[in-house]
Amino acid sequence: MACHGARSRIRKRGGRKSGLKKILLMGNPNVGKSVVFSRLTGVKVIASNYPGTTVGYTQGFMKVGDKMVEVVDVPGTYSLEPTCEAEEIALEMLAAGDAVINVVDATNLERNLNLTLQLLEKGIPMVVAMNMWDDVGHRGINIDLKRLEGLLGVPVIPTVAITGQGMKELVESLPLASVAKLPPSSHDERWAAIGSIVEQVQQVTHRHHTWLERLEDASVRPLTGIIIAAVILVGTFLGIRFVGESLITYVLDPIFEYLWTPVVLWLSHLLGGAGIIHSVLLGHIVAGEVSYVESFGLLTTGLYVPLAMVLPYIVAFYLVLGLLEDVGYLPRLAVLMDTVMHHLGLHGYAIIPTLLGLGCNVPAILATRILESKRERFIAATLISIAVPCAALQAMIFGLVGARGIQYVAIVYGTLFAVWVVLGFTLNHVVKGFSPELLIEIPPYRIPPWRTVLQKLWLRVSGFLREAIPIILGAILVINILHTLGVFNAIANLAAPVVTGWLGLPKEAVVALVIGFLRKDVAVGMLAPLALTSAQLVVGSVVLAMFFPCIATFVVLLRELGVAGMLKAAAIMVTVALAVGGLLNLIL
Amino acid sequence: MTEKKLVYLSGMHANQSGRVVRIEGGAGLVSRLSAMGIRPGRKITKLSSMLLRGPVFTQAGSTRLAIGFGMASKILVELDES
Repeated sequence: MACHGARSRIRKRGGRKSGLKKILLMGNPNVGKSVVFSRLTGVKVIASNYPGTTVGYTQGFMKVGDKMVEVVDVPGTYSLEPTCEAEEIALEMLAAGDAVINVVDATNLERNLNLTLQLLEKGIPMVVAMNMWDDVGHRGINIDLKRLEGLLGVPVIPTVAITGQGMKELVESLPLASVAKLPPSSHDERWAAIGSIVEQVQQVTHRHHTWLERLEDASVRPLTGIIIAAVILVGTFLGIRFVGESLITYVLDPIFEYLWTPVVLWLSHLLGGAGIIHSVLLGHIVAGEVSYVESFGLLTTGLYVPLAMVLPYIVAFYLVLGLLEDVGYLPRLAVLMDTVMHHLGLHGYAIIPTLLGLGCNVPAILATRILESKRERFIAATLISIAVPCAALQAMIFGLVGARGIQYVAIVYGTLFAVWVVLGFTLNHVVKGFSPELLIEIPPYRIPPWRTVLQKLWLRVSGFLREAIPIILGAILVINILHTLGVFNAIANLAAPVVTGWLGLPKEAVVALVIGFLRKDVAVGMLAPLALTSAQLVVGSVVLAMFFPCIATFVVLLRELGVAGMLKAAAIMVTVALAVGGLLNLIL
Repeated sequence: MTEKKLVYLSGMHANQSGRVVRIEGGAGLVSRLSAMGIRPGRKITKLSSMLLRGPVFTQAGSTRLAIGFGMASKILVELDES
């Protein structure tokens, strides 16, 4: 390798061979730390093409020599002076590491070196991974790695994390990680040093714009940007519908109908067609017809809801979202939405957690860590948990409400959107403080390899299967037990005045609201056997979506907002849900 | 000697370039912007801006940034002669 000579010189100067226990992956946002992390440890984490994908830290292990070493994927940061929660986490982590792999975007050397020099000033053993090395040539950039290694005084390894290139060399260089202690310098001194390094090692030759770059510019110009956004929005919606519906119609429904139904009927026969065990496992089966939606047995509804109703939409949503993330479109959408979002007390970047919320509210609320102020985080998290339905809930709304006509689905979405706008507008005027301005890096568009898109999809889908199915089965078991014990009637009678009097729903719908705390998809499913009118179904779905977060979201909200913030958010949810549900009941 | 033309980044036209003269903000803003590649002396090009005082889209070095209108109104730029 070209830089071999430089490296052996470094070893003599300050290399250390042992004592490595914890290695931190640090670098600017969106340089590919999470991809490097997955490559090194085999631990799969979500990586995307926008700054701020990683907001917490993930740990994994890898072998260095014959020893297992802990590796930590740290959120990206531009400097060691934090400006948001994600960056604060990065700074806290620094104190705990024995060595740093500083991941650098080789196409953006100058800006990345700012953090590199700050890390070197901390006197921590370090190796530099020059990532996206394959892009350097395309962009007409020429970097003299040997020279850079000499100037920085630490090993510099070219890498292409997405293909795995340079990972072996990176690991081999770790025992050579060296301390190149620089004296602490002022901003100006540091920038002067960076300027001189860049001048010595980097040459940029001019070249013509590619079509991808022209598209990049067009998507953040006012007119073309809005047209592109509209096309993407419609394409996204149609794409999700197409993939979701196709999976249901051509794959999952046939599987249940032709393969699973005979098994269920055989079991039903075996169990004598009735009794407690029969109703817990299979629910009510009338005249050889299995109603997968209404029977509420563990092996009927308990499998059908997560696998045949929700899973197809989870796959469809995350496939499309993953493509948008990896291409790098989301930060551009943030720019387009910025002016609008300021009216809701947020800036444009809050659109990213909001979109994530359409998949699942849990990662969405974590992602609000990319927002700078506590006020923004409160507003964003509250809006997400009240007005942004997760994919599981949406799948059930499409399945049940959609069966009554698409106009009813439109009312549900229209109401939630109106709540999002009006509540955001109100919170912006009521919650003290100001909303900071947008300042984000816009990454270049990249065409993601299919393998990485599918890997990320599998990561999310398997996460859903692992986390949701046990809770769905548990919820259905609880429903059956409470039903048998007659507890439901007591709860239903207690809440009847509000639910029946104000929301116009049968008192049994209370039970769905209670179960909504466990899983919202199951809760909407519980509305199915109640023989509701279409209007009642709309009211029920809207109230369920808004009323209270599911338990997983609740836990995250509590952790991210604190007890006081959570109580405030919960009070808003209950009040607004009842107000809106009552109004809908009056109008419809 | 030709007269230097100074404007704020927010007031520049699309595709105009210049050099950053100063950032009229607190130390926090100055250090945040400089960490992202915008500091006095740097060449900066305004690529586009959103309507209704929306964010300004710029390129400085190989970094592309979207900067809120208010922030962009604090960045003073000396225009290149064209």
